[in-house]
Amino acid sequence: MARSQSASQTAGPYVHIGCTPNFAGLENMYGGHELGAEMFSSDAVGTWMTVTGQIFDGDGMPVTDAMLEFWQTDASGRYAPHGGSEGWGRRAVDAEEARYKLRTILPAGLGCEAPHIKVWIVARGINLGLHTRIYFDGQDNWQDPVLAAIDDPVRKSSLIATRDGDHYTFDIHLQGDYETVFLNV
Amino acid sequence: MIQNIPFQPQDMSLHPQALTPDYRSSRLRSPNQKLLSLPAGPGELTGPTFGHGLIGPNDNDLIINYAAPGQAAIGEQLMVHGYLLDENARPVSNALLEFWQANAGGRYRHQKDSYLAPLDPNFGGCGRTITDNDGYYSLRTVRPGPYPWPNGGNDWRPAHIHFSCFGTGWAQRLITQMYFEGDPHIPLCPIVQSTADPKAIEGLTARLDMANTEPMNFRAFRFDVILRGKESTLFENKLEGN
Repeated sequence: MARSQSASQTAGPYVHIGCTPNFAGLENMYGGHELGAEMFSSDAVGTWMTVTGQIFDGDGMPVTDAMLEFWQTDASGRYAPHGGSEGWGRRAVDAEEARYKLRTILPAGLGCEAPHIKVWIVARGINLGLHTRIYFDGQDNWQDPVLAAIDDPVRKSSLIATRDGDHYTFDIHLQGDYETVFLNV
Repeated sequence: MIQNIPFQPQDMSLHPQALTPDYRSSRLRSPNQKLLSLPAGPGELTGPTFGHGLIGPNDNDLIINYAAPGQAAIGEQLMVHGYLLDENARPVSNALLEFWQANAGGRYRHQKDSYLAPLDPNFGGCGRTITDNDGYYSLRTVRPGPYPWPNGGNDWRPAHIHFSCFGTGWAQRLITQMYFEGDPHIPLCPIVQSTADPKAIEGLTARLDMANTEPMNFRAFRFDVILRGKESTLFENKLEGN
């Protein structure tokens, strides 16, 4: 018997209690370990780098209650080839500037897809989680089907992290002139 | 390979639109531009998995998982249980579910919640479990209280439990809320009503389940979560080797 999809509802302002309880102040919940704190084990092969950024609303104000999840290939272009959650991570943005920081390895491209990190965004005021992607300046991005489908150069640049050595910056704008391209996956 | 079969699209007659002005917070947090559609690739069809070893013995028991030894959370004792399924009614097994909720007085254990209802020292409001081979899950908790929230008027949330759900694929990731049958705040709440279809709201409403209510102990509520399924015609054809 077919069933109807359960409707999404906003994660609300207290998503941290359920998903990053130690960040929310529930001392030592789940042994003090936050799920998704590490994208890869520290011995993962690849080019280690950091990605940081902020998330803003339509008035340019930081969205300080957002939670982000990330999903990416390893350095050989495979998604969690041994099962498990390698290549997946989760961050609560900070409560002042809505900033996140991710330490990970540079993903590899897969087929015609350029190297990227998938991002899923929930927060108070977001009724249905938003999908986007972080691409990387300096990579072979030109034939990627998502980037190729965006004509407007400002829109296209919203998906490409800027590079400074082994550090990348990727901000997210939920609405407005610099609105990030969001995906219907 | 079943792994390569795409998921059914998100049913936008059931999911809320991004902009629902009666829910004030959505006004500046909803994209103006249309979502860009793309064909699903391997990264959308796979997702992280979390073994049963992750889960501690009391992780799905909110009555005691934050309580001092020998103590328990205050409130009406409940079991909430059901199945995580896809649209084809196939079980989504070994999938992580995370829960969070206010305490019996409607107060969250969170620095941003300043509602005057007291915290319960024995209640954290956080739980998790992993579905079994049939997609079944259960949690024990206390019934959360309704609470007022700033939305421009005299707005109260119906009692609810937040559910964070993983499927087998990244594209299935879902966060939703479970409401309780008969709650008079359901038709009044702009967040619930962000879903325009009454059928969608019915799907988010847990039913009293007397068959599983334990006498002199707790009441049971039944709540299933339905994720996007694989496109079934393709699935059936593959199964038959066509």
